[in-house]
Amino acid sequence: MTDDTRPLDPKNRDGHHGCDDALTKLYEYLDNELDESLRAQIEAHLQECSPCLEAFDFEAELRRVVADRCQERVPEELRSRILSVLSECDLSTSALYDPLAADSSPGGPA
Amino acid sequence: MADPETFVEAASPHMDGLYGAAMRMTRNAADAEDLVQETFLRAYRGYGRFEEGTNLRAWLYRILTNTFINTYRAKQRRPEESDLGDLEDLYLYRRLGGLEASQRGRSAEDELMDFVTDTEVKEALESLPDQFRIAVLLADIEGFSYKEIAEMLDIPIGTVMSRLHRGRKALQKGLADFAVERGLLPRPDEPLASVATVPTNRIDADD
Repeated sequence: MTDDTRPLDPKNRDGHHGCDDALTKLYEYLDNELDESLRAQIEAHLQECSPCLEAFDFEAELRRVVADRCQERVPEELRSRILSVLSECDLSTSALYDPLAADSSPGGPA
Repeated sequence: MADPETFVEAASPHMDGLYGAAMRMTRNAADAEDLVQETFLRAYRGYGRFEEGTNLRAWLYRILTNTFINTYRAKQRRPEESDLGDLEDLYLYRRLGGLEASQRGRSAEDELMDFVTDTEVKEALESLPDQFRIAVLLADIEGFSYKEIAEMLDIPIGTVMSRLHRGRKALQKGLADFAVERGLLPRPDEPLASVATVPTNRIDADD
């Protein structure tokens, strides 16, 4: 296959009508957000279109790499500090406490 | 209603992940530590409101995200509607496509592993404006669904999708820019011939 048959190039999509559909759904596919029938359609397209498959694989792999590279371990000192803060926390006033209330911020977003 | 006695055991396994997310949100270790501690304290005090049987991890991230937005972001105050430019889809893939001929025989995975370092990934992500960074972080690193992210950020699912779409492209542009700096990718306006075929050393591509 030569470069000018790459279906990802918008000028050369003749005969690859599924490419547009597949690529516009790429992220929803990788995000596991498609219903089963759309998912099956895309998988069928990927089986017969290696340039699209390559693009999908690349995006999936990139995401794995990005996620791997961002892993952190909480410092031990922080872990034990948190546990000790919790053990000293008085829960007697917490019955109505809402952890999602914006109580520490004086003003809302402008 | 959830029992506070069980909180520590149930929540502790999520501390590493929450700390990582806090690092990417606040961009520094001191604020990240404060944010995680605040998150745990809020969650512990509010654990009675957690509905048992629902997703504890999502609940903890929701508290983390909420606390960040209400406290740290208010402090940082940056312009919110940032222009990320109009980038094409599959930005990095298309940029790397030009290298195929010179990198034959290597898998896309090796190529990627070589060219993105931990520091570069973190920097590229941290350079995204808050609203895009948080969406990409929650989806791509933490693996939450559109619906969960929409609930955490209190925005419609369509907005989650558009932030992810633009944020991911901008992240890829950031990674491509690092690769250009290291001489692994040509500048967008530069002919491919001036790029190194051996990706280990930076070359002067100023001809």
